Amino acid sequence: MATDFLNALILLANFVIVPGVAYGSQLALGALGITLVYAVLRFANFAHSDTMAFGTMSTVLITWWFQSLGISFGPLPTALLALPFAIIITIGVVLITDRTVYRFYRSKRSSPAIFVIASIGVMFLMNGLVRFIIGPDDQRFVDGERFIITARNFKKMTGLDEGLAIKVTQGLTIVIAVILVIALFWFLNRTRSGKAMRAYSDNEDLALLSGIDPERVVMVTWIITAALMTIAGTLYGLDKSFKPFTYFNLLLPFFAAAIVGGIGQPVGAIIGGYVIAFSEVSITYAYKKFLKYLVADDWAPEGLVQLLSTDYKFAVSFIILVVVLLIRPTGIIRGKVV
Amino acid sequence: MSYLIGKDMCGGYGGADILRGCTVAVDKGEIAVVVGPNGAGKSTAMKAMFGMLNLREGSVMLGEQDITRLSPQKRVKEGMAFVPQTSNVFVGMTVQENLEMGAYIREDDFTETMEHVFELFPALKEKRDQPAGELSGGQRQQVAVGRALMTTPKVLMLDEPTAGVSPIVMDELFDRIIEIKKTGIAILMVEQNARQALSIADKGYVLVTGENRFTDTGEALLASPEVRKSFLGG
Repeated sequence: MATDFLNALILLANFVIVPGVAYGSQLALGALGITLVYAVLRFANFAHSDTMAFGTMSTVLITWWFQSLGISFGPLPTALLALPFAIIITIGVVLITDRTVYRFYRSKRSSPAIFVIASIGVMFLMNGLVRFIIGPDDQRFVDGERFIITARNFKKMTGLDEGLAIKVTQGLTIVIAVILVIALFWFLNRTRSGKAMRAYSDNEDLALLSGIDPERVVMVTWIITAALMTIAGTLYGLDKSFKPFTYFNLLLPFFAAAIVGGIGQPVGAIIGGYVIAFSEVSITYAYKKFLKYLVADDWAPEGLVQLLSTDYKFAVSFIILVVVLLIRPTGIIRGKVV
Repeated sequence: MSYLIGKDMCGGYGGADILRGCTVAVDKGEIAVVVGPNGAGKSTAMKAMFGMLNLREGSVMLGEQDITRLSPQKRVKEGMAFVPQTSNVFVGMTVQENLEMGAYIREDDFTETMEHVFELFPALKEKRDQPAGELSGGQRQQVAVGRALMTTPKVLMLDEPTAGVSPIVMDELFDRIIEIKKTGIAILMVEQNARQALSIADKGYVLVTGENRFTDTGEALLASPEVRKSFLGG
């Protein structure tokens, strides 16, 4: 009986908890970028996920180049070595976009709606650029060790029927996300530039009266956002695979996470990321086997006990988004709505 | 010659002029108060002197320097500080962070200035780690004034600092403003509570439709039957 319970738990950990935490961390990093841009530049950046695809594409291309040169990172994916270069390229592209597109509207003090529409334009541009350079197909660029623990080793170690597999990419995602979040909060709460960013987001006019340079704040925000999205995109690509259309689709869960958590609130984006990820994973998981361990044999369910087919996983974010907007539009941590 | 002078100021927000040749001046270690009926252009005059409104005619002088064309940010660097009437604190940031942001342009060590502010407003020291948005109205105004003082300005401009606070809090705030004045700062403020404000003023300006109607010491204005009848309610 006790082993049945343990087996059920491991089964759940393997198919829901570990993938949920990894996916949640990826969403949290993406939603953080959206929330930062919203807090400082005061618009919803629709180009976010396609710029993320651009950043990831840069990582993929550099990784391939490194691989052809025979450079590797031992058991870790070579993509990690390519990542810093891809971040620099993405920062460059994002700053060029700001200078050529958004700065014009900022100087005119345009309404957020105009910024959103401009960002949709940028989205299409990035979208086309990525497909033009690397094509619309699925690209794999992961190398190195595949697993931290394989299901088979886990079974051997514990003697249980169920195995728990943890992929290197999942472990990396979680470790990197934790480091990035700590670094980001340290920056926002402890450094002069970070505080200036919060001040500018809090009260633009008073920030100007205090001598805070808005263009500098905006630049710092874009740099952080570009770094976050390149890292989030690369981690997602390593964990699954890189396909431009999948990245475009991530826009919905990103926004859902940012809004559920409270838009403009970094802590909210992180909470929102995990809420969305766990909702998606747990609603689309088939619980048949899990229940079989827990109930008497003749009570075992006949169906899959899957609430929703995985094809509909985006519906989950969408429904959560709509419900939150109807019931608590400010999100879990009260965000501000411009 | 006063330290800060807005001379013969004309201008508005496009369309008709709101300021029609008014002059406002304040010297170091002095409180100047601008009063007048609604729509007289009091706040507009303050904004013009801080560079938040372009003047069509007239000039603003700070010491020997003509600052008419300087942006508000540059005026902050020249030693001017402004406390807006509303949203004058960073609500999501702690009291201490608000003060730090006030000192943003300073490259040197500002802990001493912060201690001065805490001496002036002891209540803020206790609440230094609380978000400014959670404070009472009076304490928020203290944060707002404290933030402005962090640059150690030579001129402090206050736009209706006592709007919406209780009479007790107002008295206390005025006491503090007198203390600030004694450190040699020039203080220029716009006030709705004309009687109380004039009673602490060294100089008073009564503006009507963008023009100077009466200019005198605070005491003399309070004593003047004409001013009393038309602006102070008898």
